[in-house]
Amino acid sequence: MKGKHIGWIVLIVLGLVAPFLVYPVLVMKILCFALFACAFNLLLGYTGLLSFGHAAFLGWAGYTCGYAMKELGLSPELGLLAGTATAAVLGFVFGSLAIRRSGIYFAMVTLALAQLVYFLALQFPFTGGEDGLQGVPRGRLFGLVDLADTMNMYYFVLAVFLGGFWVIDRAIHSPFGQVLKAIRENEPRAISLGYDVDRYKLLAFVLSAALSGLAGATKTLVFQLASLTDVHWHMSGEIVLMTLLGGMGTVFGPIVGATVVVGLQNYGAELGQWVSVLTGVIFVICVLAFRRGIVGELAVLIRRSGIRM
Amino acid sequence: MKPRILASAIAAAALAAHPMLAQSATISDGVVKLGVLTDMSGTYSDLAGPGAVEATRMAIEDFIANEKPDFKVEMVSADHQNKADISANKAREWIDTAQVDAIVDLVTTSTALAVMKVANEKNRISLVTGAGSTPITNEQCNDTTVHWAYDTYSLPVGTAKAVVQQGGKTWYFITADYAFGHSLEKNTADVVKKSGGKVLGSVRHPFPGSDFSSFLLSAQASGAQVIGLANAGNDTINSIKQAREFGITPKQSLAGLLMFISDVHSLGLDATAGMYLTTGFYWDRNDETRAWSKRYFDKMKRMPTMVQAGDYSAVYHYLKAVKSAGTDEAKAVMAKMRATPVNDFFAKNGQVRADGRMVHDMYLAQVKKPSESKYPWDYYHIRQVIPGAEAYIPAAESTCPLMKK
Amino acid sequence: MDIFGIPIQALMGQLLIGLINGSFYAILSLGLAIIFGLLNIINFSHGALYMMGAFVAWIGLTYLGINYWVALVAVPVVVGLFGMIIERTMLKHLYRLDHLYGLLLTFGLALIIEGLFRYRFGISGESYPVPELLSGGFNLGFMFLPKYRAWVIAVSLVVCFGSWYIIERTKLGSYLRAGTENPQLLQAFGINVPLMITLTYGFGVALAAFAGVLAAPVFQVNPVMGSNLIIVVFAVVVIGGMGSIMGSIVTGLGLGLIEGLTRVFYPEASAVVIFVIMGIVLLLRPAGLFGRER
Repeated sequence: MKGKHIGWIVLIVLGLVAPFLVYPVLVMKILCFALFACAFNLLLGYTGLLSFGHAAFLGWAGYTCGYAMKELGLSPELGLLAGTATAAVLGFVFGSLAIRRSGIYFAMVTLALAQLVYFLALQFPFTGGEDGLQGVPRGRLFGLVDLADTMNMYYFVLAVFLGGFWVIDRAIHSPFGQVLKAIRENEPRAISLGYDVDRYKLLAFVLSAALSGLAGATKTLVFQLASLTDVHWHMSGEIVLMTLLGGMGTVFGPIVGATVVVGLQNYGAELGQWVSVLTGVIFVICVLAFRRGIVGELAVLIRRSGIRM
Repeated sequence: MKPRILASAIAAAALAAHPMLAQSATISDGVVKLGVLTDMSGTYSDLAGPGAVEATRMAIEDFIANEKPDFKVEMVSADHQNKADISANKAREWIDTAQVDAIVDLVTTSTALAVMKVANEKNRISLVTGAGSTPITNEQCNDTTVHWAYDTYSLPVGTAKAVVQQGGKTWYFITADYAFGHSLEKNTADVVKKSGGKVLGSVRHPFPGSDFSSFLLSAQASGAQVIGLANAGNDTINSIKQAREFGITPKQSLAGLLMFISDVHSLGLDATAGMYLTTGFYWDRNDETRAWSKRYFDKMKRMPTMVQAGDYSAVYHYLKAVKSAGTDEAKAVMAKMRATPVNDFFAKNGQVRADGRMVHDMYLAQVKKPSESKYPWDYYHIRQVIPGAEAYIPAAESTCPLMKK
Repeated sequence: MDIFGIPIQALMGQLLIGLINGSFYAILSLGLAIIFGLLNIINFSHGALYMMGAFVAWIGLTYLGINYWVALVAVPVVVGLFGMIIERTMLKHLYRLDHLYGLLLTFGLALIIEGLFRYRFGISGESYPVPELLSGGFNLGFMFLPKYRAWVIAVSLVVCFGSWYIIERTKLGSYLRAGTENPQLLQAFGINVPLMITLTYGFGVALAAFAGVLAAPVFQVNPVMGSNLIIVVFAVVVIGGMGSIMGSIVTGLGLGLIEGLTRVFYPEASAVVIFVIMGIVLLLRPAGLFGRER
């Protein structure tokens, strides 16, 4: 437990200091993706379900939030809530259909469903199709704090991220999380122990979808636009990469993974097409040689050296 | 080519050209910085992309050599991957952290709209050449955007009118099912009707598509004389290819509503011979265009599209305006850009209007038959010059509030 | 004569075109099904390998003067060998692990292959001419059918049913099926199972490349041609159920036809219809139309 507390402290301190060291908008982007990756990790790392359609939640929540704020004139906190709620509903639909299958089938079903969502996003007029939903106002938080100010926005995003992360952390370490891990390790045994496995899986799925939605809605607020990028299946692949690279099934891994991948995309933008090749190479290396991810490997190193000490 | 693309900042030439560089008081940090934001690797990288970066670089070098400014000019570039979120993010970052004064190219409408908003908010200039939708200078217009090479209003003015005049009275549209396609179809249909033609119907295909045969079949069944392709890039290329395969052309003729010379190059003259298209620039039009294009060709091994030529023209005009305004403050520079007519190889007496539209002549081109093409990239007959006043939305029809003043 | 207000000619034409697209779906989903059957891997790089097939054919024609007919045989062999190298050097190490890693690895490979072709050839793509012998077409009365498209249907049917015959009706096929059920036992009988796996992967990849060569004269050869198609093929596979070879062929062709029909009645929905069908099938038969519950 001690390591975890240190982790939290480091996280909060870094979060507070970061905007003075790095371009704040970039940090906000990292935070959004980190939350998304953590939500995804809840499903992949702790329940053992690989969803290949999580972009649907991120993107659709983004659209909902954008629409709510731009067209309906809702305040930012209600916009986020609307986005999160929509993603949760969507997650319930996806989950109900997908958890009837497992393993690869599960991945395929979620992928195909997400593709359906992608086409809806392309067709519905309110999304702006190819142009995306642009010019979303940031608004005033609770009618008081002006989010157009970068620093206000930053600390709001940090708060949202920490809140979301706290929920995930709690979920993982609760009895609920223990059952999820039991399902991951040995599903038949969990069934024989009398757990309604499908209900747990569905609940995990909905929770993961809702938090992904929160990340998506926040992202819309930061960039003031929602676009097709966030619903595209490439995004679903990217989030797997972030989680895998950082270390799936570790609490802090996805945050590290998101930071590395977003950083790479940001600073590597000059490399043009090489970014996608490089992403592919990282994927392959991770799968072949590095399956525990950065945080996972570090943890092993620390444990080993600890024994030696 | 590669290292040059990879290099994100250049123009050390600025120093060499002007050894006793004085820090100009009114130019923020003494440097005018341009950001080329374009599609470096995606669908539009051939018509903008690395060529847009090179054209901008040429404009900066020429400006320094010819005008001997007392400030430095630098350039950064990035790949926006045709994504609005990446564009907005990059533009914001450039303006906040790299003191970029103007953002250039912006191919695809979604990226252009996203950047225009960010730049306007931060009082910076957007020089849009790549994107073409009319909202850029209409309902979404703002006072720090200039729209340079073409738009979806100007394209059909040439193509559709000419085709109707040639006897293509009945039209059927194959339209990419998104905002750009819809607006192109609508603008074209208006021109067709105004010129005395008739629209028989249209079919919308998913974007992006790969198989157009069934849509072409619907177009065939309509019996229209002309099939208007309200799409772009690979969609247009595939439509043309498959129309030939199914024996639809030459019985019915195709009108590519947005075609670049890079598309013609990629399809080959066999597939495109006889097609009409409207363009803002053709390299082989006169000595001036040839001279510039050959220089460009030496660097890129391709002839420039209207977007790439437009980048050069826009950047040069912008830098001249900065010099004569003596500041890089957006509003002052915009005022100078509007006040000065554009006279270069790209445009003669071009005028930047209040809505940001750079009004210049457009050209109606017809693609040559393979037998008529005498040398590489000898692709077009220029059939007609469309005066700027006809090519662009008249002030009375504009929905941009800035035009009402 | 009209059916629901649509002239019968147009309907026939669209159905025929649907069948052509269905042929591509069928070959690709067949390849996926074969690989999945033995390796238990969803080959995410299938689309990239299909694209590679088209590009290798184009490169062969442009730089080496290799004509279409030679390419039709040679390209699948070359790309198939490439696939075998991938299997030997990478996929092989993943068999002991969760099958999801196979999906992730091939996803990464797809990004790499696509990125490299993008870097080398740009995005707008290259044209591959229709071979002399197959240019022109037949006038069927209700439509003009290009000879090449007719050839696509014919050759895909031959390849699909040929593969089905080999797998379901020959001794070699019986080993393969045995390998799917119980590899250890088969190994005990003295069959070199790892080699068989490698060859099977190579064969599945070769099918993708074959589809690529077939597609080259029809579509513009460009680096993203595979990634646009593969997602649809995945939906086809989910609908079919990955359980049987025949299932993947029939589903591929059938969905092509349905897509063709949609294009007549409601063109905007043609890109979604397969996914809608998938949703319905999943509700009624979670294992897919031909799939077995595992």
